[in-house]
Amino acid sequence: MTDTVLPAVPATTPIGTHQNGPLVRNARAIVMVWMRDLIRLKRTPTRIVTGIAQPLLFLFVLGAGLQHLIGTQRAGGVDYQQYLFPGILAMSVLTSALFSAIAIVWDREFGFMREMLVAPVSRSSLVFGKALGGGSVAVVQGLILVVVAPLVGVDLTVSRFFAMLGFLLLLAFALTAFGIVVASRMQRMESFQMVMALVLQPMLFLSGAIFPLVALPKWLGVITRLNPATYGIDAIRRVLLPHIAPLTIFDWTVPLWADALFTLIFGTLMLALAVRLFAKTE
Amino acid sequence: MTSEPAVEVESLVKRFGDFTAVDDVSFTVQPGELFGFLGPNGAGKTTTISILCTLLKPSGGVARVAGHDVALEQAAVRSSIGLVFQEVTLDDYLTGAENLRFHAVLYGVPPSQVRDRTRPLLEMVGLADRADQQVRFYSGGMKRRLEIARGLLHAPRVLFLDEPTIGLDPQTRKHIWDYVDTLRGRESTTMFLTTHYMDEAERCDRIAIIDHGRIVAIDTPSALKASVGADTVTVSTGDDEAASRALSAGLGLQTDLTDDGVRFRVEDGEAFVPRLFDHLPTGVRSVNVRRPSLDDVFMEYTGHDLRDADAGTADQFRMNAMVRGFRRG
Repeated sequence: MTDTVLPAVPATTPIGTHQNGPLVRNARAIVMVWMRDLIRLKRTPTRIVTGIAQPLLFLFVLGAGLQHLIGTQRAGGVDYQQYLFPGILAMSVLTSALFSAIAIVWDREFGFMREMLVAPVSRSSLVFGKALGGGSVAVVQGLILVVVAPLVGVDLTVSRFFAMLGFLLLLAFALTAFGIVVASRMQRMESFQMVMALVLQPMLFLSGAIFPLVALPKWLGVITRLNPATYGIDAIRRVLLPHIAPLTIFDWTVPLWADALFTLIFGTLMLALAVRLFAKTE
Repeated sequence: MTSEPAVEVESLVKRFGDFTAVDDVSFTVQPGELFGFLGPNGAGKTTTISILCTLLKPSGGVARVAGHDVALEQAAVRSSIGLVFQEVTLDDYLTGAENLRFHAVLYGVPPSQVRDRTRPLLEMVGLADRADQQVRFYSGGMKRRLEIARGLLHAPRVLFLDEPTIGLDPQTRKHIWDYVDTLRGRESTTMFLTTHYMDEAERCDRIAIIDHGRIVAIDTPSALKASVGADTVTVSTGDDEAASRALSAGLGLQTDLTDDGVRFRVEDGEAFVPRLFDHLPTGVRSVNVRRPSLDDVFMEYTGHDLRDADAGTADQFRMNAMVRGFRRG
């Protein structure tokens, strides 16, 4: 210990401000915040297991149980389990995205947030990195489920896989941004149950993930079309099951590009809002 | 550049609603100084530090850190300071090295330098062999040492240590101060310290005492002790009550009866001792003369004991107000 050599740069020169500009520094900060989420996912394998348990339960138990009751006509021309498969991908992405974002509340309570907030980087970088991180974690969680696709008769070609991946990324990013907005309004971790009950489950049930959005009572039909998650899920389903009946709003058949556009607009708005709300004095 | 003060505070004011947490505070910290900032809980210490670290905006006055205005040049201030907070601010699921790397990136340390800067610091705080272990397996002292290393990683001009050893055992505290001393011997980093421990306050080059949001005293520890002046004399006799009466009547002293004997304060206590014997009716068992300590200084200026570390209601209020301030953005 007596012979350790301290950094050669004298203490009176803060290296941060001299060596690279704010642009480079913020870009590196985004990547670092992003990577942090992936490292944490790798270190908590139990989270991966819990993350896939519920979707699998829905697919193989609920799916098998309701298959006969629903029949192929009401499931848009496919088997109910086939119908449900994109739904459980979305379920996994939605849950994971919200969880990752809400970890912000954890960071705030356990102090790491302070470390980030006092750093000389912009809060937009922190939020953007967090949205990328949470989104990536959500996509990883979703992709694990892809291995069961053949078991329920979903035919996965290379092109379908990449199209699906694109929409999964878009949806995950948008939902994480939404989650950050929710988290920035939350005070403590105790309200977590509340988020599950008031945000996660309604969003899931009203999205067409579990049941087709046809022949619904009028009010339910309207709410499901107002749910931003509906469009991302519709896109993933149409990419995976090309013969399925597409989403309609009244008599308008929503094109795939509109699904993508709506999800993108929602994600961008949420991201902008998240930057505004993110805890920091500036 | 070296002649410029490390921290310069002029008429700083911070209000939370009707409550004035920092009330017209002014002081200057010179480069390389170990500056102690003491005060009872709720006196405005944390609020002042939060303003200096750009976490809170001042309601009035000016504060400059490393020459940069904390209200106007936030990024420049943030690049110039290192922080060790009261609470742990590490990511438990990252390793020690990863926590440092994260910090290096946030503070714009060039990638080529990260390793060269991290290694020696980890060695200095004795964590080189634990660097690749996740922080959740560290002890409280190890976490603190890692945070000190992290605070220094970007070579800050001012390192803020907000009760850096709170809740640690005496052995670990001593270790941490050994590191800080080593460091002060090598680099001229200015240190801004808050503490409830008297021995830590004694190490400071200068001390400011803040109470009810105002600076009530600022000087070197020895000058502060001298300003309190009087020594404390405790004399134990066969009949302390009689002794107390005799001393009050005969010498006009203000005495207190304690378990240890009769206690009173006089200038130059040692020279005073012989006079005691002329005025005491009963035999003296023991006499103790104590020079003023920083505790006495603290008591004199604030009416509180330095080690009275329990968070009072005022402090709680301030913390809540601060957190609300954060969230409101």
